[in-house]
Amino acid sequence: MTIAEKILARAASRTSVKPGEVVTAKIDVAMSHENADVVLRAFREIGLDKVWDPERIVILFDHRIPAESEKTAITHQRIRNFVAEQGIEHFYDLKEGICHQVLPESGLSRPGEVMVGTDSHTTTHGAFGTFATGIGATEMAGVWATGELWFTVPASMRINVTGAFRKCVSAKDLILKVIGMLGAAGADYRSVEFRGTTITSMTIASRMVLTNLSMEMGAKVAFCIPDDKTIAYVRERTREEFTVLLPDGDAVYADEIEVDVSDLASMVACPHSVDNVKPVSEVAGARIDQALIGSCTNGRLEDLAIAAEVLYGKRVAAGVRLLVIPASRRVYLEAVQKGYVEVFLRAGGLVLNPGCGPCLGAHQGLLAPGEVCISTTNRNFKGRMGSPESSVYLASPATVACSAIAGAITEPAPGSGQ
Amino acid sequence: MEPIKGRVYKFGDDINTDVIYPGKYLSITTDREEMAKHCFETVYPAFLKDARPGDIIVAGRNFGCGSSREQAATCLRYFGIAGVVAESFARIFYRNAINLGLPVLVAPGITRVVQHGDTIVIDLEKGSVTHTRTGTTTESSRLPDFVLGILQDGGLIAHLRRSLSRGGEQGVE
Ligand code: SF4
Repeated sequence: MTIAEKILARAASRTSVKPGEVVTAKIDVAMSHENADVVLRAFREIGLDKVWDPERIVILFDHRIPAESEKTAITHQRIRNFVAEQGIEHFYDLKEGICHQVLPESGLSRPGEVMVGTDSHTTTHGAFGTFATGIGATEMAGVWATGELWFTVPASMRINVTGAFRKCVSAKDLILKVIGMLGAAGADYRSVEFRGTTITSMTIASRMVLTNLSMEMGAKVAFCIPDDKTIAYVRERTREEFTVLLPDGDAVYADEIEVDVSDLASMVACPHSVDNVKPVSEVAGARIDQALIGSCTNGRLEDLAIAAEVLYGKRVAAGVRLLVIPASRRVYLEAVQKGYVEVFLRAGGLVLNPGCGPCLGAHQGLLAPGEVCISTTNRNFKGRMGSPESSVYLASPATVACSAIAGAITEPAPGSGQ
Repeated sequence: MEPIKGRVYKFGDDINTDVIYPGKYLSITTDREEMAKHCFETVYPAFLKDARPGDIIVAGRNFGCGSSREQAATCLRYFGIAGVVAESFARIFYRNAINLGLPVLVAPGITRVVQHGDTIVIDLEKGSVTHTRTGTTTESSRLPDFVLGILQDGGLIAHLRRSLSRGGEQGVE
């Protein structure tokens, strides 16, 4: 069995499962952010008083923090009241950061388990060997009520990655390249396994970039196979027991793809779709108004480290707004301790509080008609970051930082500080 | 379930949930009628003028891709859209639609035979889409029985209310 099949078999108390079968799985972790408000309304409509297990439910605020409107403030308030009433312990209010960073940091993303989240990028947690996927709010209300959910066992796709990255090229460039190759629906309903020597030598944070963006090619779940690095990361953060499940040697894959990253160049997803991918060199020189470094894709310490290295002693181009958003409070704190925040501020950047910020166009740093942003986030749909007449390019932290200095899209090159 | 007849409102491929329901309205979390006023508002503003309750959306590949926002399915359902037929769906939208009682059908080839403004009949139990003018029928995937059960009850909440009141049974499989 593949890793997805093994985890679903365990969660459904079955000895084996096959792609296409429908199984009912027990849920280990159920995560919601501000949309817990929609969930709790649906939950009340079911007519139950108590959630199935307050210890398995995680709630935090990250999408619109601090509250940008009275409406959101009321939403936050309603959720806080519900959390208190139900005795939900894993509640992080608005101080911790983005869900897809806070859960791993808190030891809640564990190998072999099933996690559902009312957020499409829940696939991120597959970097820890978790069967993790996004669901809607009403469905989450069903999980809060019963602790179970039906899944169609997905067919699996293996992406074997070999070779060493050139300097300035990173996981973001790799996954953009793959999405460009496969298309926005190229991994629809699939379980994607990233395998190979490039993956095993990657940091945990870089692996999370791959599983995060797999959502943008339609993946139901995405995995990096857990190894010693994964286990060490999780053990440092939780005392909970977990069982590491690995794919069998004779597992069956519907698709297999080979990628060699040795010659990979910096890539960019051009407006207005994530699969409109080109080498940065092809769009170099395009004017920008805003540069954004952050999000659940690339707002981690290693991303800020790269950006700080590029921006050290430099100034952001006149007319360009640089926004830096650490993915979590812990990332922010470490970035302060390491001096990165000072580098950003001296360069003329604005460092915002941890959270989703402008990524989803709800508040903070939105774009006016005709404006262009280069961003380390994961979606560039029309109107996603503000005006439907604005444009967003998606790229790596190195590319975004170099572009911020130049005032135009720029390919990072050895010697550019990177 | 009775077959559903309606006028076609047609879209292309990869219609994402930011397009269906703009992020700036995500702070609307409970008022479903209000959500319905913003379907496709920023990118296809004509929809709000031209579409009518009872219309059926016909779309290309990967309808509903992107964010998990349930408002994308809710706004269509409360606008009065009678169903969505597509070449394929993104999985979260597909599940959200069923859970909200909005019928969804995967019908490969449908965009080639059906035009904007046509009238079609969708039959969930048979798994078919019939074009009333030409009489051609396009086969579609048939939903598993327990999923049809959720739609029949009007969505997951009503379905769970029924099944939990029958005593303990989870009602999801
Ligand atoms: S950072 Fe962006 S993509 Fe990630 S959870 Fe927040 S809104 Fe979603």
